[in-house]
Amino acid sequence: MKTVVENVTCTFCGCLCDDIIVEVEDDRISRVRRACANGRGVFLDYDPTPRKPAVAGREAEWEDAVAEAAKVLVRADSPLIYGLSSSACEAQRKAIALADLLGAIVDTTSSVCHGPTGLAMQAVGEPAASLGEIRNRADLLIFWGCNPAAAHLRHFERYSINAPGTLVPNGRRDRTMIVFDVRPTATAKAADEFFQVLPDGDFEVLAALRALVHGKEPESDSAGGIPLGRLRDLTERMKTCRYGVFFMGMGLTMSRARDINVRELFSLTAELNEFTRFTVMPMRGHGNVAGADQVLTWQSGYPFAVSFARGYPQFGPGEFSAVDVLVREEVDAALILASDPVAHFPHAAAMQLKRIPTIVIDPMMNLTAETARVYFPTCCYGVDAEGVSYRMDNVPIWLRGALPTVRPTDESILDSIIEAVKRC
Amino acid sequence: MSENFILVTGRTVKQASGLHKGKGTDAYRRAVTVVEMNPEDMARMGIAEGQAVRLRTPDGQVEAPVRAGALPPKMVFIPMGPVANELVGPGTDGTGMPSFKGLTVEVEPA
Repeated sequence: MKTVVENVTCTFCGCLCDDIIVEVEDDRISRVRRACANGRGVFLDYDPTPRKPAVAGREAEWEDAVAEAAKVLVRADSPLIYGLSSSACEAQRKAIALADLLGAIVDTTSSVCHGPTGLAMQAVGEPAASLGEIRNRADLLIFWGCNPAAAHLRHFERYSINAPGTLVPNGRRDRTMIVFDVRPTATAKAADEFFQVLPDGDFEVLAALRALVHGKEPESDSAGGIPLGRLRDLTERMKTCRYGVFFMGMGLTMSRARDINVRELFSLTAELNEFTRFTVMPMRGHGNVAGADQVLTWQSGYPFAVSFARGYPQFGPGEFSAVDVLVREEVDAALILASDPVAHFPHAAAMQLKRIPTIVIDPMMNLTAETARVYFPTCCYGVDAEGVSYRMDNVPIWLRGALPTVRPTDESILDSIIEAVKRC
Repeated sequence: MSENFILVTGRTVKQASGLHKGKGTDAYRRAVTVVEMNPEDMARMGIAEGQAVRLRTPDGQVEAPVRAGALPPKMVFIPMGPVANELVGPGTDGTGMPSFKGLTVEVEPA
């Protein structure tokens, strides 16, 4: 029998599109509508068939796998708990409780995504808005170092350029789109004007724009490879728009100067509010990476790179962030929740993860799970489990499961590990 | 003869859809094992579409086939993933964030 489930949320990226329609036949999703090319696989490629966990690559009973995971963590002098961003807030909370219990370091994928954005926010604040406000009001949209045409495929349609809004009823025709990037991406091709920045030139461009906004003339004829005349014209456009927004991405956080680039952008945004309404939106990648920031912040006071080793939370980007502690060989076991750092960390950090005992909790087998001491195949929030995720604008979205929950949740496995650790 | 380029890594639609199929699948491996390059750079270096190139940084070395892409001169792009990360160094400048974009990389025909 076929059933149709409406208003399902896709958890692939920070857009959290919550209008997905799925068709279910024989407890499998047979068809998905409205999902983008990046999100379709969340529903169609996921096999919800229950599977047993693995210990040292061999199938094991759940109790034995939980006991082994607890043993690995308790024996470690300095365990790391990493990932979190593709799980639900309920599980994130348990992962942080486990870190607190163990005196572990906990870090999320934020540290290799918008961690520098968090540092900039702490330094100068973040003039934020909801995607709803932007959709209904923004007439000038500036995409900086991000490529939603590849990474957030329905962003234009649901929240930004093409979406009709209350004060921009004609959608694209009522909006101006600007792109800054080091390469002419697919997003740049959709823009009214493209500014090609020299590699590592973003800070220079941003500093020039800040000067021009305040009526000061930079000494050079260009900044970051862009003629000053073009930046001068853009400055006027920014100051005279009705509602402007910057969407910013990894082009700023992963390039030289990292958080300093973002600090300059956030400062520029705040200063533009002397002339008109202007906001900034980090384009979050993982479906619940914003939730990981939220949960870790309300549990510990800090958004990522937190150590509980001294019995209280300490914040240390560069000191307690996952890549750094792995490369310096300062952790001797790791629990990875809903992430694949072996695929996404620099080689030296990935190799160290293969050398230490790891516990992986993830719906899908991945490169980190392949070499894990213990692997727990769990259910997928938003597909066969309910939970909460935060959209990129920090709006919480309730995930309704389209399929019955048969596999254990990340939360239940973490609960079991916590109880087993307490018994050790 | 090798030349220095700037390496940018990032998301592609094929990389995203490949990871849903599984990181052990050919679809994923093909999606992340490719180097995009400016056609003029390819012509100058005598590199044909689909030909393998070797990329080297102080942290690692990889080989992958080339595809012509919309890039400025002297810039190469590799989709995010284990191939690109062979080239990325572990330094984070005290932020936790490695340099996944803007790396100097040596490129030569394999």
